[in-house]
Amino acid sequence: MTVATADLDDLLERASAGVSVDGLRVEEADDGYRLATPDDEWTGLDEDELRRALDAADEYVTNWRYWQERVGGEGTARRAFLRWCERAPLADAETGNATTGPWSESGEGDADAGEDPLAVPERYDALRDGIDREWGQLSITARFVDVDDPDGERVYDLWHVDDADTDLADLEVYDDPRDARELATYDGGGRYRPLKTAPTLPGGWAFTGLSGGDLVETVEFFYPATVANWHRELRGNLDVDHWLETAERQTGIYDVIDELPREAVAWMAEACCVDSQCLRRREWEYEEGDDLDVDGGDGPFPCREPCSLVVAAARKWTTLESEEEHTYELELTTSEINQLTELIDAVAEGRTDEIREADVYDGANRYRARYLRAKRFDDEGDLEATKVDD
Amino acid sequence: MQALVIAAHGSHLNPDASDPTYAHADTIRETGAFDEVREAFWKEEPHFREVIRTLESDEVFVVPLFISEGYFTEQVIPRELRLDDWDPDKWESDGTSASQATLEAEDVGKTIHYCGPVGTHDAMTDVIVQRAETATGDPDVGEGFGLSVVGHGTDRNENSAKAIEYHSDRIAERDRFDEVKALFMDEEPEVDDVTDYFESDDIVVVPLFIADGYHTQEDIPEDMGLTEDYRLGWDVPAAVDGHRVWYTGAVGTEDLMADVVLERAADAGADIGDAREAVRELAASAAESEPHAGAGAGD
Ligand code: SF4
Repeated sequence: MTVATADLDDLLERASAGVSVDGLRVEEADDGYRLATPDDEWTGLDEDELRRALDAADEYVTNWRYWQERVGGEGTARRAFLRWCERAPLADAETGNATTGPWSESGEGDADAGEDPLAVPERYDALRDGIDREWGQLSITARFVDVDDPDGERVYDLWHVDDADTDLADLEVYDDPRDARELATYDGGGRYRPLKTAPTLPGGWAFTGLSGGDLVETVEFFYPATVANWHRELRGNLDVDHWLETAERQTGIYDVIDELPREAVAWMAEACCVDSQCLRRREWEYEEGDDLDVDGGDGPFPCREPCSLVVAAARKWTTLESEEEHTYELELTTSEINQLTELIDAVAEGRTDEIREADVYDGANRYRARYLRAKRFDDEGDLEATKVDD
Repeated sequence: MQALVIAAHGSHLNPDASDPTYAHADTIRETGAFDEVREAFWKEEPHFREVIRTLESDEVFVVPLFISEGYFTEQVIPRELRLDDWDPDKWESDGTSASQATLEAEDVGKTIHYCGPVGTHDAMTDVIVQRAETATGDPDVGEGFGLSVVGHGTDRNENSAKAIEYHSDRIAERDRFDEVKALFMDEEPEVDDVTDYFESDDIVVVPLFIADGYHTQEDIPEDMGLTEDYRLGWDVPAAVDGHRVWYTGAVGTEDLMADVVLERAADAGADIGDAREAVRELAASAAESEPHAGAGAGD
């Protein structure tokens, strides 16, 4: 293809200030223009020669136009995220600063960490087929608007990772970012999702042909503030507020949570913040230099301080942990004590709905639970147990 | 670039609590008055703590979608937004007169215009009157009617009652309704005895709450005797002690609320062009096309 004249005009206009994007460099010097791509270099060009040379480097020119003229926003999280979407080099990635997450030395925890960024020619090939990325439970595809004769314009598709192989015709198609709010409100069982990054986002929908700006807005309605915090982490300035700082900041009914014992904070993180419960990667610890011995998760986006759900739950645990422990005596068979374990496990894993009606081999089966209750509860409806330490 | 942040309470338990926030934010998005518009919450996401960093604008107008000056607007929101130099005195308010304070958010280096809550803005008086119009389906409602503005009362601080009284007084001065009375849920004069306080046969009761929930959809209708059990719903109007009581739900769901948000931001220096006119027209046409809006809201 040839480059549109208007693009060349724009590029020439910018040349005096210097153009430098993704390996394309255009500069104006005393002896004429200088044009460089990673493969070639021309110097001392007059305007006509520059135009002809640029025509030969059309992919670099349309790429420049998309990033500089269309996306813009140098230094913004939006731009960095869109570049990540197509595996472009992230100009502002201070990978040396990032001590954790996808940019740490090991690159541990990010499925894409092993993939090198793509230079323009490879990226242009890949964008014809579409480049897929995962962001939590979102699958994002960056692709050219015009596959046969790409002019550099990209659009983005977005659906649930579980729908990657679903026919688009079977999905509800949306184009307004705000529709994501409603989709993110309920889980597959119609229950409210107070934590947006819980791994319970239902599928069945698709956003297609979004502009870059609309893509970021849509992603942010699904997973608020994840792009901004990911970008901060990328630049090495994620401001983590650890447990104690966050707890001590609270007032009103949450004033008490800084009294939660340290070991309870670890249990809480294990209960709430692991990947099976939340896709944010917990970066906060008990306090600076005092890490919790619990896995923080592997998600691409960081959690920089305990969220409101954890703060609210911590209030309950603070009350519960202020109680004293006692020794109780109760009669149970070995199978019955094992069954208690199974029951707690089933609830903790959210498995109760999956246990089949007649599966009496599962200790968390409803009939099994009812039987245990009938046998071991007293007339008051409490487990028959005697406190033996007072 | 300028951005608007609507700061609301939200809920971990009730998915509808954020509906009015979203609705008003969307109305303002439609006007195009701001380059960016965000909802932010105490109990939902984006949290107050993380909303400012999602914006590209340098100048941010934060409008609390709260009824009164108090714990949330004076302590929680400024603290969570990291407005380090904040001090409630910056509002120079007597409890209902906060307009705005200009501060810097420490984590992002942006200028934040921290506005007073929507509930105490003068334009809120119009929203209460508009709610009376939509509840009765009569754009000229007033003559022969009593109006009661209902609030929480001594919640966490006295300003919550002040806001209720402030608007009641302003509506009374307009001489539009035969009688106007502020009533409360947990202090005298109590909303339970609403019919004792009015001579008019018809009484419109407007709860000054941001979102519908337990108080507006369960407590108040039962306390006033509109229904035995909120789950059965109630008639609009409902017959109580020889009066007709017109009650729907929280005033915060009224379309015109978006106008109050805009006015708060404009008072703080936001350039909103003719967005207010657009929103007012929209709200007026919505009010006309849905008489008895929310009738039988408890159904
Ligand atoms: S505090 Fe835990 S549960 Fe909350 S967002 Fe962070 S990682 Fe997720």
